[in-house]
Amino acid sequence: MAKTILDIRGLRKTYGQHEVLKGVDCAVQEGEVIAIIGSSGSGKTTMLRCINMLEEFQGGTISLDGEEIGYHVEGTARRRKSEKEIARQRALTGMAFQQFNLFPHMTAAENVMLGLIKVKKMAKFEARAIAETWLDRVGLASRVDHYPGQLSGGQQQRVAIARAIAMAPRLMLFDEVTSALDPELVGEVLQVIKGLAADGMTMLLVTHEMRFAYEVSSRVIFMNQGVICEEGNPKEMFVRPKTERLAEFLKTSSFN
Amino acid sequence: MGYTLNFGAVWRNFDFLLHGLMLSLGLAVTSILIGAAIGLVLAFALISKNRFAVVPARLYVTVLRNLPILVLVLFAYFALPQMGFRLDKIKSFVLVLSVYSGAYLAEVFRAGLLSIPKGLTEAGLAIGLTSMQIRTSIIAPLMVRNVLPSLSSTVISLFKDTSLAAAIAVPELTFAARKINVESFRVIETWMITSALYVATCFLIAALLRFVERRLALPR
Ligand SMILES: Nc1ncnc2c1ncn2[C@@H]1O[C@H](COP(=O)(O)OP(=O)(O)OP(=O)(O)O)[C@@H](O)[C@H]1O
Ligand SMILES: [Mg+2]
Repeated sequence: MAKTILDIRGLRKTYGQHEVLKGVDCAVQEGEVIAIIGSSGSGKTTMLRCINMLEEFQGGTISLDGEEIGYHVEGTARRRKSEKEIARQRALTGMAFQQFNLFPHMTAAENVMLGLIKVKKMAKFEARAIAETWLDRVGLASRVDHYPGQLSGGQQQRVAIARAIAMAPRLMLFDEVTSALDPELVGEVLQVIKGLAADGMTMLLVTHEMRFAYEVSSRVIFMNQGVICEEGNPKEMFVRPKTERLAEFLKTSSFN
Repeated sequence: MGYTLNFGAVWRNFDFLLHGLMLSLGLAVTSILIGAAIGLVLAFALISKNRFAVVPARLYVTVLRNLPILVLVLFAYFALPQMGFRLDKIKSFVLVLSVYSGAYLAEVFRAGLLSIPKGLTEAGLAIGLTSMQIRTSIIAPLMVRNVLPSLSSTVISLFKDTSLAAAIAVPELTFAARKINVESFRVIETWMITSALYVATCFLIAALLRFVERRLALPR
C-alpha cells in the first residue's frame, strides 16, 4: 500500500476579492506522477505555488508527510509558521519554473551547490560532488562550469531541474517547464522528467504538452475555474472524458 | 601688472599636497565603504513591503539629501560635542560623509534592486534559503553588477565632498593647498596643481570602477 505524501484539503486562495482556488482536495501517493491540465487562469500555477508557500492561502490545509505546510491550525485559529520553519518546509519540495530562474552570476555547478551549502550545510567539496552527479544525470557533464548566459534554454532548464532535485526533495513541482523553450529544445527537458519518473520521484507537473501528460503521468487532474473538475487515469480521461468541460478543453488543446 | 608663474614653492611642498590627497582618499574610501553598508540596508528597506521599514528609510534618505553637507560637517564638529558626543576632526568628518553617502548610495542601490527579476528570489525560496540568505548570496551580488555603470558619478561626487573637511581643519588636499597658498603666496600655481590632482584622481577612480565592472561582467 502506497503512502500518502501530499494531502491537500479544501484549499482556498483569494487575490483581493477574486477567489482563484475554491476548495481543492487532492491526495498524492508516493511515486505518483500527476499531470495537471486546464485552461489558462484555472489556478494550476497558484496551486503549485501554495504547496511551496510561494503564495499565502486563506483556507484549507496542505500537509506533506503528515506535517502541515505554512500554517499552524488550532480549531478556527490559523497562524503563519516562522520564516525559518517555512524555509525548512520549502526545502522538502523542489520546484522548476517556466522561466528557469537560474542565478545568473553562478555557474551551473554553483547554482546546484548553493542550496546544498546554505540549507543542507554541506562542505563545498561534498556539494560539488553532488552537483556534478546531478548535472551529469541531466546530460550536462560538460557544462558544469558554464554560466547560465552561456547555456541554451533547454540546458538552463535542465540545470534548474538538477538544482531542485539535488536537494533530495520529497516531491517535485514543475510549472510548464517547457513553455518558454524553442520547440526543438522541449524534448531534452521532457526526457529528463521521464527519467525522474522512472526513478520513482513523486511529481506534480503542470503542462500544456498533452501528449507528454498522456505518456508520463499515472494520473491526470483537470482543473477548471479554481476546482478540480475531473481526474483519473490518462488512458481513460484523454480518450473518454466524463465532463463536458474536459471534452471541450481537449478539443481545443494540441492532443490528438 | 604681470604675474610670473613660479611653481618652485608648490613643488617644494608637493609632498605635503600628496599627503593631503592620501588623506582625502582615505576619508573617501572609509566613508564610502561604511556608507555602502548603510545604503544597502536602506535600499532593502526602501523596496520592502513593510511600512515600518519603508517610512524610516525614506525619511533618512529625504532629510539627508536635502541638507548641504557643509552644514552637516559643521553640525557634527561643533554641535555634537555640546550634546555629549565628542569626536576628533577626522572621525567626525568620516561620520558625516558615511551617513551622507548612505543616503545617496541607498537611492542608487534601490534602482539596482528593482531590475532584479522576482523569479530569482522565488527560486531561492523554493530551495529553502531564508530571505537574508537570498539577499546576501543572490540579490546583493546582482545589484552591485547592475549599479556599477552608474556608480562612478556618485562615488566621484562623494570623493570631491572630502574637500569640505577643510572647513574643520582636517589636513586633506584642499586644506593642505590653502596652507601652502597662505605661506607662499603662489595663489595661481597652488590652486592649479591642486585642481589637477583632483581631476587626475577622479579619472583614476572612474577607470578603476570600469575595471571592476569588466571583471565582474557575467560571461555569455
Ligand atoms: N499575483 C496575482 N494577483 C492577482 N491575481 C492573480 C495573481 N496571480 C494569478 N492571478 C489570477 O489567478 C487566476 C489563476 O492564475 P494561475 O496563474 O494559477 O492560472 P494557471 O492555471 O496557471 O494559468 P496558465 O495556464 O495561464 O498558466 C487567474 O485568474 C489570474 O489572473
Ligand atoms: Mg500557470
